[in-house]
Amino acid sequence: MPGVDGFIYPNEVELQWSVLIVLYPFLTGLVAGAFILASLERVFNVAAVRPTYRLALLTALAFLLVAPLPLQMHLGHPERSFSMYLTPHRESAMAMFGFVYLWYLMAVLVLEIWFDYRKDLVLAWRASRGLKRKLYGVATLWSDNISEKALRVDDRIGRFITIVGIPSAFLLHGYVGFIFGSVKANPWWSTPLMPVVFLFSAIVSGIALVLLIYMALCRIRRVAIDMPCVDTIARYLFYAFLIDFSLEMLDLIHRLYEADESLRALDFMVKTRLFVSQIVLQILLGTLLPIALLAMVQLLRFSERTRRAIYAAAGALTLVGILAMRWNVVIGGQLFSKSFLGYTTYKMSFATREGLLPAILILILPFVILAVLIKVLPPWTGGGEEKPVKA
Amino acid sequence: MDCRERASQVSRASGRLRVEGASASLAGAAAEAGRTTSPGQDCRAPTARPPERSGDHGVPASDGERGSGGTKSPGQEINRRAFLEQAGRFIILTGAASLAWDYVLAGTPQAAPNYVATDHWWGMIIDIDKCIGCGNCVRACKAENDVPTDEPGCYRTWVERYQVRPNDMEHPIVDSPNGAYDGFPEIDKPGDGVKVFFVPKLCNHCAHSPCVQVCPVGATFESPDGVVLVDKDRCLGCRYCVQACPYGCRYIDPRTHTVDKCTLCYHRITKGLTTACCEACPTGARQLVDLKNPADPVHEFMRTHKVHVLKPNLATGAKAFYSGLDGSVR
Repeated sequence: MPGVDGFIYPNEVELQWSVLIVLYPFLTGLVAGAFILASLERVFNVAAVRPTYRLALLTALAFLLVAPLPLQMHLGHPERSFSMYLTPHRESAMAMFGFVYLWYLMAVLVLEIWFDYRKDLVLAWRASRGLKRKLYGVATLWSDNISEKALRVDDRIGRFITIVGIPSAFLLHGYVGFIFGSVKANPWWSTPLMPVVFLFSAIVSGIALVLLIYMALCRIRRVAIDMPCVDTIARYLFYAFLIDFSLEMLDLIHRLYEADESLRALDFMVKTRLFVSQIVLQILLGTLLPIALLAMVQLLRFSERTRRAIYAAAGALTLVGILAMRWNVVIGGQLFSKSFLGYTTYKMSFATREGLLPAILILILPFVILAVLIKVLPPWTGGGEEKPVKA
Repeated sequence: MDCRERASQVSRASGRLRVEGASASLAGAAAEAGRTTSPGQDCRAPTARPPERSGDHGVPASDGERGSGGTKSPGQEINRRAFLEQAGRFIILTGAASLAWDYVLAGTPQAAPNYVATDHWWGMIIDIDKCIGCGNCVRACKAENDVPTDEPGCYRTWVERYQVRPNDMEHPIVDSPNGAYDGFPEIDKPGDGVKVFFVPKLCNHCAHSPCVQVCPVGATFESPDGVVLVDKDRCLGCRYCVQACPYGCRYIDPRTHTVDKCTLCYHRITKGLTTACCEACPTGARQLVDLKNPADPVHEFMRTHKVHVLKPNLATGAKAFYSGLDGSVR
């Protein structure tokens, strides 16, 4: 059979989870990571990252809104997906994820953004006329109390929500890892480390994304990049990356040392079908190179301009590396037969429901939503003083 | 959902299956398969059980219980109504379905006279030494269950051929061309000392099914008689169960976009027939077994043979028991 080496069970010819399912943990990870970055300022009082606080929240919301879309498009019967909420199977990790998602969206992100933006919304409501005024009225829930006392209460609630939000963000992405890690039929996935690895890779990718978006927006708005802010973010990215890489290496070393019967299949796969995506993209370009770049900044002195270039390169490489990691988990986990006696190939189509084109569109969509959110809820007003770019 | 709720839901599902089957009066392939039963094979009789009397399951009381008199009484009204009901049932439904109808209406289809789900615990014995790799079982299964034959990767059952070199159990050469639908091509030169044997595969109907555990909406469930079934009207087509099955027994039906798998011919076994694959096997390599039936030969077989299940380390409670299973089989 073309594309098949050795023996696979006859039903394993077609890969069940496509590139869309690769996007699902990738997008969810970006959400969790962006939120963790936002919480640095709110809960841990890291004042330097304040310019990215609101941007990180809006980024998390934009990506969270899109996160279920690839899942939905992948379903054989998307019209039945709501039954996961109505008649969930409580033993199913996937069913419970629906509730974790809803909790995170409604009880954490939307609430926190609302409390943080309430003053801006009320001011906009007061200043606007006609339909716009009505819309802002709905957004404020017709409450225009922005007295100092009310704002203090808002701030306290916002802080509380962030504190609840941190374990929720951990839960959100840890749970995605659990969905894969709990499949005992698949040795590539089945490890208790999976949720932890997913979580730290999520933090890494979310921080890198917000760093890139912040730098890009500053460039677009012709505003000077707050260097202490990006230096701090880059430092946190470096630390998170070290933990993430250590965990991934621990997983790898454990597999190599334990060398159970699946290792032969996995070893072969990494050396052949996954060589480019795993060794080249994920480990060399997507992990070691950005770690080296970020380490250089920590150890050596560079000009602001060089640092900005390094951060942009490291951020972009990180995103490529984490996307490759998701690919290697989702697609890689399906390339070998559960008989461990053979391998199949993933043939990605282009303009089909689960092809490359919808995957690209899904990746673009959060940026469109973010642009709209930024227009409606400008994140800069609360971000401290901004300086124009020096000519 | 507690156990009772779940059992009732499952019973409703099994009831639905049975009534549909009964109204079809074992038409088509099932009847065809029934005629071809070989004398040596076990084609079980249904577990006969008299229907429970009056009231409990919505069964109407007999005339004697209601009493009769010369004057027009409420009892006569009920008699007329009962008569019309009965007549209507027999006109609309055929005999077997009519008998079960009261129980179905009462929400207790498992109490219908022809089959009691909780009295059974189905499994299968596969005797590797008897399998000749003819593929009859694969063809019978596809014909009986309308499994696509023109699409790749759609098999409720299949047969694998193993070639194991001496002292090299870890690297067997395995093939299963088209799931053995057309049997196997001859091996040119198997080599010195190479061991060749066939392994029929099907859903293991695990008692602790990983596929059932992961289904987000409970569309995949274990019936009270130990059969893992799929409710196609609920299945989302998320394919999580396909990933969770360690044996590769599930596939997506390209026509319905829902998951499909071996049902152990539930429509047949609940009528006392054996599965299509067992029916068609010329050597009796596959035997449907009822582990709850003390008279079933399975108990004697288990006592006198060394049996094994696939991937026992995964603790799925598999109920496809293999006799003569080689260590190289995955």
